[in-house]
This record gives sequence, C-alpha cells and structure tokens, in this order.
Amino acid sequence: MSNLLIAALSADAGLPLGITEGGSWLLRNVWLIPLLPALSFVGILTFGKRMPRGGSELGIAAVGIAFVLALLTGVAWMDHRDNSHDQEVHVAVVQFDDHGVGHGDGSEEGHGGGHPSLAVQRTAVWFQAGGMEFTVGTLVDGLAVMMLVVVTLVSLLVHVYSTEYVHGDRRYTHYFAFLSLFSASMLLLVVSENTLQLLCAWELVGVCSFVLIGHWWEEKPNSDAALKAFLTNRVGDMGLLVGVTVLFFAAGSTLPGRFGSFSIAETNALASSGMLSHTALVVASCGLMAAVMSKSGQFFLHTWLPDAMAGPTPVSALIHAATMVVAGVFMIARMYGVFFEGFQIGGSSINLMAFIGGLTTIVGACMAFVQRDIKKVLAYSTISQLGYMVMALGVGAWTAAVFHLFTHAFFKACLFLGAGSVAHAVHSFDMKSDMGGLRKHMPHTYRTFMIGTVALAGLPPLAGFWSKDEILVGTGGWGLLGGTGGNGAYTLMLGMGMLTAALTAAYMTRCVYLTFFGEFRGHGEPHESGPRIIVPLWILAGLAIVVGFLNLPTGFQLAPGSLQERFGHYVEPVAGYFPAITHATPSWSLAIVSTLVVILGIAASGYYYFVKVEAASKAAGTSLTELPDGPTSRYPLAAMGYKLLDNKYYLDHLYSGVIANGTKGPLARLAYRINQQVIDRTVDVVGETAVKAGTVVYDKIDQLVVDGAVNASGRASSGMGEELRRVNSGKVQSYAAILFAAATVLAGLLIVIV
Amino acid sequence: MTVLAALEGMDRLSSGDVLVAQNVAFAIMAITMVASALRMVTTRNVVHAALYLVIVLAGVAGIFILLGAEFLGVTQIMVYIGAIVVLFLFGIMLTKGSFGDDDGVTGERRLMAGLVGLLVFGVMAAALVESFADAELSRSGPSTTADIADSIFGYYIVPFEAVSVLLLAALIGAIVVARKD
Amino acid sequence: MLLNQFLLLSAVLFSIGVYGVLARRNGVLVLMSIELILNAVNINLVAFAAFTGTIGGEVFALFVIAVAAAEVGVGLAMVLLLYRSSRTIDLTTVDRLRG
Repeated sequence: MSNLLIAALSADAGLPLGITEGGSWLLRNVWLIPLLPALSFVGILTFGKRMPRGGSELGIAAVGIAFVLALLTGVAWMDHRDNSHDQEVHVAVVQFDDHGVGHGDGSEEGHGGGHPSLAVQRTAVWFQAGGMEFTVGTLVDGLAVMMLVVVTLVSLLVHVYSTEYVHGDRRYTHYFAFLSLFSASMLLLVVSENTLQLLCAWELVGVCSFVLIGHWWEEKPNSDAALKAFLTNRVGDMGLLVGVTVLFFAAGSTLPGRFGSFSIAETNALASSGMLSHTALVVASCGLMAAVMSKSGQFFLHTWLPDAMAGPTPVSALIHAATMVVAGVFMIARMYGVFFEGFQIGGSSINLMAFIGGLTTIVGACMAFVQRDIKKVLAYSTISQLGYMVMALGVGAWTAAVFHLFTHAFFKACLFLGAGSVAHAVHSFDMKSDMGGLRKHMPHTYRTFMIGTVALAGLPPLAGFWSKDEILVGTGGWGLLGGTGGNGAYTLMLGMGMLTAALTAAYMTRCVYLTFFGEFRGHGEPHESGPRIIVPLWILAGLAIVVGFLNLPTGFQLAPGSLQERFGHYVEPVAGYFPAITHATPSWSLAIVSTLVVILGIAASGYYYFVKVEAASKAAGTSLTELPDGPTSRYPLAAMGYKLLDNKYYLDHLYSGVIANGTKGPLARLAYRINQQVIDRTVDVVGETAVKAGTVVYDKIDQLVVDGAVNASGRASSGMGEELRRVNSGKVQSYAAILFAAATVLAGLLIVIV
Repeated sequence: MTVLAALEGMDRLSSGDVLVAQNVAFAIMAITMVASALRMVTTRNVVHAALYLVIVLAGVAGIFILLGAEFLGVTQIMVYIGAIVVLFLFGIMLTKGSFGDDDGVTGERRLMAGLVGLLVFGVMAAALVESFADAELSRSGPSTTADIADSIFGYYIVPFEAVSVLLLAALIGAIVVARKD
Repeated sequence: MLLNQFLLLSAVLFSIGVYGVLARRNGVLVLMSIELILNAVNINLVAFAAFTGTIGGEVFALFVIAVAAAEVGVGLAMVLLLYRSSRTIDLTTVDRLRG
C-alpha cells in the first residue's frame, strides 16, 4: 500500500495531487528504460574489451531497446491521456483531518471525464532512517515521457555516430561505457518521483559529463575543462541541496505526523495551494535557480559550457546540447508549482528567472559572434537558447519552454553532429583558418547543417520557428492587435527575445559563411563523412523540419483543429501538482514581426559576409574571413565591445583571478592583514580616541577634577591596546590556550549559575 | 585478557567477585593509561610518544570491553593501533628533521598549558562529581555486533552515509593538500 | 562500577590531551594529543551508552573513530605540507598570523 502516497493535512477539504498508481503496464514499469543503459554500462565495463566491436554494440542495443520502449510508453501515455476517464483509477488526495493525525485512507474512486489525466506514480521504499521512509520511484506524465523519447533518440543517434567518430580511439570501450551510464542517469533523472532521487541523478549526470569532457585527459586543457565544468556545477549543486532541504522541511511543517516530504507531486501541490510559507518558497526557488544556472549554463555560471567543448563532439551534441544541459530547464518544469509561487510568475512583469533567462539569451548570442571555433559558436548558441527556455518558464509559458526544449534538442544536436562531421574531415574546429567552401566537398553535411541553421534561426516552417514564436507569444508583452494575454506583461522579455532572434540569425549566418562558403582555407582535400555520420545527421535534420508541426498554435487557420496544440495537450500536466497557468493566445502580427526580425538579422549579416567580405576576398585574391577595415577597426566603441566579448566579459578573470586567487592565495595572508589593519588599528584608534576625547574634556571641562582620571583612562586604553597586541602573537597554540581557558571558564560559570 | 575472562565468568562468579575483578581491572588500566598519557605529552622522543600513545589506545580498548562494547574494543584496536598509529609513525618518519628534538619547551609555555589543563580538568571534575555522584552502571549484558549493525544501517543510516562522504572528502583533501605540484 | 570512574578517567585523559595540544611544539605530537582528546570523548560516549542501556553512544563512538581517521589523514597531510614549505614542523615558528 505504500505505493500510494497519501498525505494527511489538517483542514476540511482534500487537495488532489493528481497522481494515480493505475495505468497501463508500460506506464507503471517505466523504470525499465533507465535500467537498460545501466546494465549496458556494467556489461561494457566488464566484457567490452573482449567484444568484437569494443562494447559499442551493447550500448547501441541497450539504448535502441530503450528508445523503442520510450516510444511505446509515449503511445501508452497518449492513450492514457485521452482515455483516463475509462479506467478505474485511484486519485491520491492529500486528505485533511480535524485531529491533524495522518491516516492512509484518503483514496477515492475516480470516474468520468471530470478527472484530468493523472500522472502515473509508482514508489518503493529505498531506505528507512529515523522513522522516515525514503522512496524511489517513477513519476510518469507528459513531460517525463517527452524527455524519455528525446533522450533515448538523441542518445541512440549519438551512439551510432560515435562508432565512426571515435573509431580507433584509445579508450573506445570506456567511452561507450560512460555514454551508457550517462543515458541511464539522464533517464533516471527525468522519471524521478522525488527530489532526493532527482538530486542523485543530477549528480550522476554531472559525473558523466566530467568524465566525458575529460575523455582525452592527456592534454591539459581538456582535463582543465572537465574540472572547471565539475567545479562550476558544484556551486549550483549547493543551491540544489539547499532548495531540496528547504522544501523538505517546509512540506513537513504542513504535514502533521510527518517529518517532511521529498515527493515532487506533493511539494508542488502544497506550493500551488498556498500552504507553504512564501519565504520558504522564495529561498527554495532561489536555491534551485542557482542549480539551474550552473547546470543549464545561465549567465553568470555559464563559463564552463564553452570550455566543455573540449570533449568529443558527439558528447557535446548529446550532453552539452540536447540533454544534460536541459536538466536545469527540466527541473524548473518539474518543480513548476514551487517556482510559480516562489517567483510569483503570474500577474507580474519581471522576476529573477525571466530576467536571468533573458539576459543569458543576449549574452550568449553576443558571444557567439566572436568565436573562431565552430563548436564554441554552437556552445554559446546553446547557452542563448537555454536562456530562451528559462526565460519562457520565467514568464509562465511552460508549454512553450518545454516545446522549445524538444525542438532545440533535435536541431542543436544536428548542428553539433554536423560540426563534428566537418571537423572530422578537416581535423580542426577553427572556422577561420581551416574551413571555408566546404559546401562543395561535403554536400550532405552542408545541407543538414543548413536545415539546422534555419531551424535555429527560426524561419517558418521549421521547428525553431514554432517554439520560438510560442515563447514570444507567452511573454504577454505584445500589445498590437489585441495582444496575446498570458501570465503577465513581460514586455522586457519580449524585447530580449526579439533581439536574440535577430542575433541568432546573424551569428548563424556568419558561422555558415565561414564554414561552407568562400574558398577552402585548410590543408589537404576534405571528404564527406561516412554513412554512420550522415544518416544520424539526416534523421535529425528531418526531425528539425517536422517536429514544429506537433504544436501548431491554437486557432491557426491553416490547419484543422485536431492538429492544433497536440504537444501541449499531451505534455502539459493538468493535474493537481501543476499550477494554474494562463495560456497566451497566438498572434499573427507577432509571428510576422518576429519572422521579419529574423530575416533582418540574416540580411544584415548576409550583406556583410556574402557581399562585402566576398567582394573583398575577390579583390584580395584570397579567402578572407573578415573585412580588413571592419567596424572594429573603424569604430572605437565596436572595438571595445569586441574586446569585451573576446575576453568572455572578463568572467573567467573574475573567477580565477579575483575570486579564486583571493581565497587560495593564502588565507593566512588575508587574516594577517586583517589582524594588522583591522584589529590593531581598532585597538590603536580606541586608544587614540580615548586620549583625544580626554584632551577635549581636559580643555573644555574642569581640569582639576577630571584631568587625572581622563589621562589615566586614555593611558589605560592605549596600554590595553599594547597588551592586546601582544596577545595577537600569531602562535596558534596560544590562541588555542585562550580558547580552551575561555570555554572552560564559561562552562564553569554555567555550572555555578545553573 | 583477564578482563574478558572475568566477563565470561560472570555467571559463575558471584556479583561481588565480578565487581571486585572489574574494579581491579579498571584500576590497573586507568593507572597505566594516565601514566602513559602523561609520558606521551612530556617525552622528548617523538617515536616514544607514539609508542606511549599505543598503550593509551589499547587501554581505551580495554575500557570499551569492560563496558561491554566488545565490537568497539576490537575496532579501536584495528583502526587506531593498526592504522592510525602507523600513519603517525609514517608522519614522524617523513618529517624526520624534528626527530627527538622537541625540547626547549619553555617553562612559561609549560606552565600556561598546565594551568589550562588543570582548569579544564577542575571544571569537568566538579561538574561530574556534582551530577553523577553515585550513579551505578546498570548490569546489562554486553551489546552484540548485530545490535550495532542494526542501528547503524537502520536508525542511524543518514549519519552513517554522512560519515562515509566525510571520509571520501578527507581522502581527496589529504591527497590534494599533500601532493607535490 | 560507578559511572563516574569512567567519566573522571575520561576527564583526566582529556585534560592531558589539552596540555599536549598547548605545550608541545611538534606538529605530529599535537595531532597525537588530539587523538587523546577524541579517545577521552569516546570513553564518555560508551560509558553513557552502558549507563542508559542504549546503543546510540556506541554507534557514535564508532563514528568518532571514523572521523578521527579522517582527521589524522588531513592533519598529517597538513603537517607534511608545512614540513615541505618551511623544513620544520615546529609550530612555534609558524606565526604568520602574528599581529
């Protein structure tokens, strides 16, 4: 019976959690999906070296089966969503009780269409401690199912791609083992039923990311990048820990007879019902937000993500574009009840999450302009797009954010794998010195990369357009022709989103020009990659074209009503653990304007590269990458901006130069200085002030009476200063002696008094 | 191991005999421990100090067994004497510049430390005598290893996990601090 | 047996440990004195466990042993670092905190 989480509260009405333990076999046994890659991880580590293909076949098989299972689960979920009123389901209800004593009899029979589709939750006891039961389990709803499909699909394609990309690598088996472990951890993360389990999976994906970034650790920059990624993520993980702990105890204070609750559904339902204190929610949201900032590369903890490109390209595609970095976005979407209340997203016009997201989109997009390395362009583009998703969640456009996550996974993976294919051919990532003119040499890579670019830039009818447009609609900041409604009036975020749309189009145009147009600037003769690289590319490119149609806007006149909002219908929870968000109305005028903005971005960048740079190249007789007298050489402001971007906003200098050295560079020195300057000076100043005060009093007031006393106190103060100075001998042991003596005296006093 | 024998023979002996045997054992161990501890903090030779520490630690193990905590006594011997003291000896060896020349402890220092030590002892003793003047230890049987295992992996699982994380952190920390780079 | 005989023994050991920490100049010896203090605490824990007839004290004594092991590891690493940087482990020469 412990499968059904029923919590008891104290009042007189029930609070539906919106979860059930019923549902089809697939939905109840979704734990099989993470288990398969986990088994393959163990298998590859144990037998991989002795297998004919170094263990890769095991990984591909496991992820392939997992993908099929995920697809079947998706079908089962759609069925469940549409027919949930046909089943006899137990609706878990947080039951209220006059006496405030927990009792486990709160289930009620749920029938009929009145009940929204219920998430399928299964739990098992993980361990017991101090009378608390800690559970593991799966929470399957549209979000989890969508993530399962995305993760298994991209993972499968990356596995196939990798067999060619890292062919003959010295740690081939090891590489596939960790790809499997990563897939398992990520799948575990997306089906997590409670925050504790989420935390564990979160750390596991972090470890896999660390290992895979440092796959070629013999070169110092790679291992440095891995360390940087790991340490930066630690910063955010502290936030996650704080957030989870605060939520646990906050839930506990409203659940009589229980210490706390890690359950995601319960926490969200309690937050949405307004039963958790607002302070706790704000603290928890800020803590979790820190975790999101590090994991999902939000400004100012994003610095690890570009460096993480030191890992093999398929890893970048899988981990640092499509799946792991969206874990933060996923976590917000999962804990949306908490964030929605904590940041008061509804009815506002700005909040921390939306602002950080908006800032990140612009910051990332600007950075993408100054990169030479094609993977870094894509990395900053990923940061920018992740900012888009966080911003969307910040403005309450939940479905839009999740849909963007979905589409972005495909086109960004496609772009990354395309970049990998290019790098495979020219043995370099440097666009300026080793690429150019590759469209003639690598037609398939060129075409798929172009599709990915157009999807990313957001031109209709490719995937990126639909999701980006939905986010812009969801900001609710659009005022023309009646506006779009939404959760608030986030006009600033609309502006940020528009600006980023133009920037995205522009830097991708630059990237495409430098890579595929002009003349080849590298050495040797590049060749198109083999089928194990091309086929995944085409699959992803195909998806980048079509997945946008899964969520045609409501009221879209060109499509039948049955095809509108399919994605939102199946993915967005309508259950008790999800807050009541307002849906924005799509707007033709906004869609047209945003498309024009994108075209403007492409045109501006295109004019610069395809017309002016091309002409300059012809005149110079070589293949140029920038104008010799470009804006940076003509306008000092542009040059300053370029320098700022080129130095990554000086964030790395700030972190390693100022913060790290300031603390690492012996703390002792700092303490010494404090001792010297603060304590000594305080003592001296006290003495001097006393003397001065004494003098003033001596001059002004009765000299004969007060004189002696004042002088004595002044002398005593400065004398005391001298004495205290001697105590600061710098010898640790005399400090310890004072500590022991003082503590003992205090303890003695306590004994005497009490 | 007279103490163990005394414990095992508890049923056969009358309670008075056992009490006497226990008290004698305690007195012997306590005197040895205090003497060794005093030598440890006063001897000039660092290696000798480590050996005196071994005697004190063994004495603590004996006290544990006397108190019926046999698992803890064995753990004490294995972890402390088997591992930690060896670690100390390595530490002494690696810092051999300071072998046996720990003299020059000025009288002032010693006086200060002694006064603080006496103060600590005085306050604690006063508090103990006042609080537990004649409290007798209950004569329950020795705790079994199974009991300890049950509570570690049951009620105290979270502290246990925390300790394991701490050990890992200390391991990594020690490597990072001590490595040459 | 009286509870106090154990507690007083523990107090004596604790005070001797305090003396050692304060008086000795050798870094390794200071660490050993800290071990003495920890052992005194352990005797307390186990004595109270026997006194109350519960097992919690013993479990925590076990934890203290584990923590002590960690402490020795890190402490000795620090002493080694000190030795490497200043060729001595005499704590009286380490006075960079002097005011």
